Amino acid sequence: MSKFKQKEKRTVPQPPSGSLSDIVFMLLFFFMVTTTMRETESKVMVTLPEASEVAKLERKDLTSYINIGTPIKPLQGQYGTDSRIQLNDTFKTTAEIRDFIAAERDAMSEADRSFMTVAIKADENTRMGIVTDVKQELRKCSALKIMYTARKGE
Amino acid sequence: MAKKTPEINSSSTADMAFLLLCFFMMTTTMDQDKGLQRRLPPMPDPNQKVEDQKVNRRNIIVVKINSADRLLAGTEPMDVVFLKDKIKEFLSNPNNDPNLPEKEEIEIEGFGPCMVSKGVISLQNDRGTSYKAYIAVQNELVKAVNELRDEFAMANFGKVYIKCNEDEQVIVRKAVPQNISEAEPKDVSKK
Repeated sequence: MSKFKQKEKRTVPQPPSGSLSDIVFMLLFFFMVTTTMRETESKVMVTLPEASEVAKLERKDLTSYINIGTPIKPLQGQYGTDSRIQLNDTFKTTAEIRDFIAAERDAMSEADRSFMTVAIKADENTRMGIVTDVKQELRKCSALKIMYTARKGE
Repeated sequence: MAKKTPEINSSSTADMAFLLLCFFMMTTTMDQDKGLQRRLPPMPDPNQKVEDQKVNRRNIIVVKINSADRLLAGTEPMDVVFLKDKIKEFLSNPNNDPNLPEKEEIEIEGFGPCMVSKGVISLQNDRGTSYKAYIAVQNELVKAVNELRDEFAMANFGKVYIKCNEDEQVIVRKAVPQNISEAEPKDVSKK
C-alpha cells in the first residue's frame, strides 16, 4: 500500500530559471549585431532571377544599388506599370544615374573608390533595353564593376 | 551610516530582453546579396580613332539572344541547357581543332608556361530580351568557365578552385581567363 504514497512525493524539480535572462540576452545581442535595417524603401517590385553560379557580395558598404522593375501597386496609378529605375528613394531616369554615381562616389573614401560596385537588382521580367541603357550610363561614368543580383537556385 | 539601497527587482529583465529580442528578430534581414559579378568594358574614347581590333574569327563565339529569348550560339540555334558544353568545348579545344580558338603559351608567374586559350565569348542581346533569359545565359557562361577552372585546379593542385589558396587562384584565373565581352548594344532582331 505504501507504494502508492511514495509516488506523490517524487515531483519533478523546477528547472533553474536564473540563467534564463542571460540566455535571452545572448540571443538579443546576436540579433542586434546581425541586424541591418533596411535603408531604402523599395518602390519597385523585384523578383530576382535565379542563377546557380552566384558569388557573394564582398563589401556591402561599397555597394550602390540600382533597382529596376515595375512600380509597386499603390504607385502604379501614378507611374504606370512600365519598368522604372529606382535610385535611393525615388524614381529616376537613366540620365540621372550619373549624378547618383557621382554622389555615391563622393561619399566614399579615396582609397575605396576603385572598389565601388554597382549592384543591379532587376526584376526577371524586365526587358533588357532598360538594363542596357543603365549599363551604358554606368560605362560613361566609369563605374565598371557591376553585379547582377540573383537568387541562388538549384 | 548610509541607508542600504534596496535591491532592484530583476525578475522582469528577462521579459524586457524578450521584448527587445522579438523586435530585432522581426526587423532583421539576413539576406546576403549574391549575384554574378561582371566588369564592364570602359567607354571608348571618342577622340581616339576606332582601331579595328583584329580578332581571329576562330577565336570568337557570338552568343545572341533575341527578343523571344531564343538563343543562337555561334551559327546554330541552341537551348540554354546545351550552352555550357558548347562553351566548354570552345574554350578548352581539347583536340586542337582548327575551327576552335587557338592557344597561346603564356608564362604565368609562380607556375610556369601554360597554354591559354585566346577564345572570347561575345554576348549580344536585343532590347526586348527578358532579364531572366539574359541572366540564365550569363549563368551558363560563368558555369562553363568555373568548371574549366575546377578542372585545371584539380589537375595541377589536386583540389577545386574554391579550395585553392589565393596565389593558386590567381594562377588558375590567369590560365583560364573569363573573357566575356558584352559588346555595344545592337539590335539583334534586324537581319
